[in-house]
Amino acid sequence: MKAATKSLQYRAHELSDNNIQLKILSATESENMSIKSFRDNLFDIGLFPLTVTGIDIFQVNVGKMCNQVCKHCHVDAGPDRKEIMTKETMQQCLDALAGTDISTVDLTGGAPEMNPDFRWFVEELSKLGKKIIVRCNLTIILANPKFNDLPEFFKKHKVEVVSSLPYFAARRTDSQRGEGVFEKSIKALQMLNAVGYGVEDSDLKLDLVYNPTGSFLPSSQASLEAEFKRKLMDGFDVKFHNLYAITNIPVSRDYEYLIVSDQYEAYMEKLVNAFNPVAAEGVMCRNTISIGWDGYLHDCDFNQMLELKVSGKTPKHISDFDLQSLNNREIIVNQHCYGCTAGAGSSCGGEVV
Amino acid sequence: MSKTYYNPADLPKFGDIAEYQPELAKKFFSYYGDVFKEGALTEREKALIALAVSHAVQCPYCIDAYTTGSLEKGADEEQMMEAIHVAAAIKGGATLVHGVQMMNKVKEVSM
Repeated sequence: MKAATKSLQYRAHELSDNNIQLKILSATESENMSIKSFRDNLFDIGLFPLTVTGIDIFQVNVGKMCNQVCKHCHVDAGPDRKEIMTKETMQQCLDALAGTDISTVDLTGGAPEMNPDFRWFVEELSKLGKKIIVRCNLTIILANPKFNDLPEFFKKHKVEVVSSLPYFAARRTDSQRGEGVFEKSIKALQMLNAVGYGVEDSDLKLDLVYNPTGSFLPSSQASLEAEFKRKLMDGFDVKFHNLYAITNIPVSRDYEYLIVSDQYEAYMEKLVNAFNPVAAEGVMCRNTISIGWDGYLHDCDFNQMLELKVSGKTPKHISDFDLQSLNNREIIVNQHCYGCTAGAGSSCGGEVV
Repeated sequence: MSKTYYNPADLPKFGDIAEYQPELAKKFFSYYGDVFKEGALTEREKALIALAVSHAVQCPYCIDAYTTGSLEKGADEEQMMEAIHVAAAIKGGATLVHGVQMMNKVKEVSM
């Protein structure tokens, strides 16, 4: 499948309509597929309705603008997306956080650094004493001279940098993330290492994210981490701390990839057959709240992209942030949730089991 | 659809062989599972060995299963093809090394 250079939305693809995605995702039966509903699986193990264990991670999607057009992207991010969080909405996030004990803020996108108020937001979060994670796609550091000093900026605020690298060689990495991405990613990692990120015993945390480069599930995170460490050190003198293996979730462009490659049904069956009740207990929606670029609240980044706002009477916008109500809400689930409960489970922090 | 001997849809039905011999199947699958666990060799090394052997014995089910298995465990195309060449080298070598026996026989029966 040829790499897309434009988002689904730009191409006016039917999958850019979340209603169409939800309709296909919700199906449990088709000519070649017969799978149990996720809701029924949760019910069988006493986890339906799925409830919150206590929000401790405040994940903010600061926009869909990105300098890459990755094949598996559930955000449908790209250079043609213009949705970015305003400074006003960022201030509402800060106001909401200031009144809570939530310890961790996780900034994602798109490429969060492309938001013009990104640095201001990080500085303000730093003043609040929060642990700050930035999901940095690495190539953004090289994309424009104005981003070249990001390693120093991250260091100044002790940001935990979490970056995707699906393989330790160009062919597989570039097939997912675009031509030339591997080479630029390595340069960016070397720049981060140079200021102290990823170095053993350094408190400047640098973690990598592994997403499978096809319609298969990630294997043992520990084994992948060991292999990545060896290959990146031997080949490129690159160091990092942890590797997180994250399952591809069939939403948006990953969904498109599965449909075009005629792998959707086989992939859904793989996810369903790998359903792990222990992973289901630890899914990240139970301790994470996802804030969209427009300030609306969701159970996770995937529900955000399907435009499924938090359920029931819980206030749905950051300007009305009510932590107690959010902690007592029911989480919205659908068939894409099988991605987070397959095998050892999957979350923004990798395996959950 | 034209009929063929191999149907990819049969691979997930491997466990069904237990229907005719349940005890033997149980022993086999238990052994199989233990063989592929992490041990002195990693799961990844075992997947690549299995991939190579699949090609040597030419089992299409195994080739499909261990192609996906090798990818899942972090192998890539270059590593996987190299593993197949190892199998090819052994198979070719096993053929050729018997040529020594041929040469011995030639000497035995020739003037």
